[in-house]
Amino acid sequence: MIQSAFSDLWYGFSIALEPHNIMWCFIGVLIGNMVGVLPGMGPLATISILLPLTFGIKPVGAILMLAGIFYGAQYGGAICSILLNLPCHPPHAVTCLDGFPLTKQGRGGAALGVTVIASFVGASWGITEMIFLSPVLVKVALEFGPSEICALMFLGLLAGSTLARGSPLKGVAMTLLGLMLGIVGSDIDTGLPRFTFGLPNLLDGIEIVGLALGLFGIAEFMKSVNQITAVNTSYTKVGLRDLKPTREELRRSWPAMFRGTLVGSLCALIPGTGPTIASFIAYATEKKISKTPEKFGTGMIEGVASPEASTHSSVQGDFIPTMSLGIPGDAVMALILGALMIQGIAPGPQLIRTHPDIFWGLIASFWIGNIMLVLLNVPMIGIWVKLLAIPYKYLYPSAMFFLCIGVYSTNNDMFQVGETVVIGLAGYILLLLDFHPAPILLGFVLGPRFEENFRRAMLIERGDLTVFLRHPISLVFVSLAVILVATQIYLRLRKPKVVAAEQALNARIDAVAPAEP
Amino acid sequence: MFAEQLKKRDVYAGILMTLIGAAISLNTYTNYRLGTLTQMGPGMFPLMLGVAMTFVGMLILGNAIVAARDPDETILPAQREWRGWACILAGPIAFIVLGEYFGLAAATFGCVFVSALGERSSSVKEAAILATVITVVGCLLFSLVLKISFPIVRWG
Repeated sequence: MIQSAFSDLWYGFSIALEPHNIMWCFIGVLIGNMVGVLPGMGPLATISILLPLTFGIKPVGAILMLAGIFYGAQYGGAICSILLNLPCHPPHAVTCLDGFPLTKQGRGGAALGVTVIASFVGASWGITEMIFLSPVLVKVALEFGPSEICALMFLGLLAGSTLARGSPLKGVAMTLLGLMLGIVGSDIDTGLPRFTFGLPNLLDGIEIVGLALGLFGIAEFMKSVNQITAVNTSYTKVGLRDLKPTREELRRSWPAMFRGTLVGSLCALIPGTGPTIASFIAYATEKKISKTPEKFGTGMIEGVASPEASTHSSVQGDFIPTMSLGIPGDAVMALILGALMIQGIAPGPQLIRTHPDIFWGLIASFWIGNIMLVLLNVPMIGIWVKLLAIPYKYLYPSAMFFLCIGVYSTNNDMFQVGETVVIGLAGYILLLLDFHPAPILLGFVLGPRFEENFRRAMLIERGDLTVFLRHPISLVFVSLAVILVATQIYLRLRKPKVVAAEQALNARIDAVAPAEP
Repeated sequence: MFAEQLKKRDVYAGILMTLIGAAISLNTYTNYRLGTLTQMGPGMFPLMLGVAMTFVGMLILGNAIVAARDPDETILPAQREWRGWACILAGPIAFIVLGEYFGLAAATFGCVFVSALGERSSSVKEAAILATVITVVGCLLFSLVLKISFPIVRWG
């Protein structure tokens, strides 16, 4: 198994090292790093804006680039948190707690240095996990019939909506809304238009680019307009030499990094718990096992190393269920799957066999991308820091233009720009009512496949709904789903303290930025 | 008592979801063939979703009615940015209208200019400068480099 993994990985590197693929990977991580630093812009909005521009390039390059934006943004986000105390990027919000005090003590550079090391360690572990775990998952999943796929999707959607941030009930409501939006368009079996309101432009369904840009672009800008104040850049004079941590700092960081990596990789495997939750859990764990928990918040290097490592191992691990099973865990992964589908590639367990170039090329590019990011971040730290000073009032109008032209260029259709405005307004109303829009995208991407497999399963089993309980594998998935719901209900009825702690955590993350995973 | 309920966000959230769910169920039931479980028609799956959504909506509403109200809770955010909201929504609309009749350059300028006015601290002059810069960059990038089918200038 190890041998085949290495030969596959070798093949992956031969793909990822092709000059144009290196170029796309570089563009991706560069843009990602940039938007990670910019306050008020996140990877979700950026990936949606750039998605239409990737239609013209080959699938491998497109996916490498879009994935690069996601993990590249994690490197940039840390700079923002540590030097500015500005949690503009939710996974790194918790890094502010100890990162900024370190900056005030003049050790901000060292904190950034530790962050870069922790990021690389976390990411490397996440990638290794993907190399060994994915083929196993694929082997199991290839045996699945429609009823198993259906049960798995059901579990994935349920976990994605209840374990993610925010109220579980509202998460379920948003997933259902997403599934519903996925239905809009022609019915697969009969070709009958459904929920198109008589508009011929909707026959092909709602465009994923328009949906994502409405929810994470327009709605997000409406939330942030006039709310983001000019940042205090007085602590941002960081040079290359400042990045070097002392021996003592490094000695304390290493174990924290490994603990963080472990937390992150566990979180990555559970759908719905993305990097943000991973980093908060890592910080809490670190504080709990520390001999001096009272010192956290005053500039403990462990409080920087552990959450950063967990963020990165979770970000890379997020790709495992997405690429090997075709079940995305959060909105960013849903977008990456959407990009695959637009390129005409069916996601699912067969992907690794039918498109090994994408799968292994992506894994190899993770390493190349992470090395590029270390190289980009260490010597160029001064440039990234300067980007922090770009005011939001220049940023969002420019983004609005890219958004409009991006949506327009998907089909050269102005109707879709209008569609995006409507979705944006609806998305903002949902934000005001404390709904998290991320599960909408999950439901939207999985919806058509879910319906198709459900119909097929019912056709094979002659309408017998007990099939989900008779097949052992789907029984496992259904039982897990029941346990998931039962635990949530039990916690709410019997353990109000746990729920209150969870809600407090959610409120803290929400205060930062609601839409990003 | 009733007025108190109307100050809770979740009451509105619940009502909204219940209404959407009910509308979907009703619409599906009257307009699409349901079929049987074995041979599902186009209406079966949407009906299931609609019913589930109505149910979840009512749960949210029920929870909200039972829960105590947070005295700080308001429906609209503390700072109501009507100007910002209007400008952000008007930006893409300007893009559509100007794009249909005058081409990419005008659309870009209009979109950025209108959106930029949403920020309270930006002046008309600042917005115009930003819009001009983005128009030049945008037209070069999209028309000449990426060659999308959208003429820079058109008339009517």
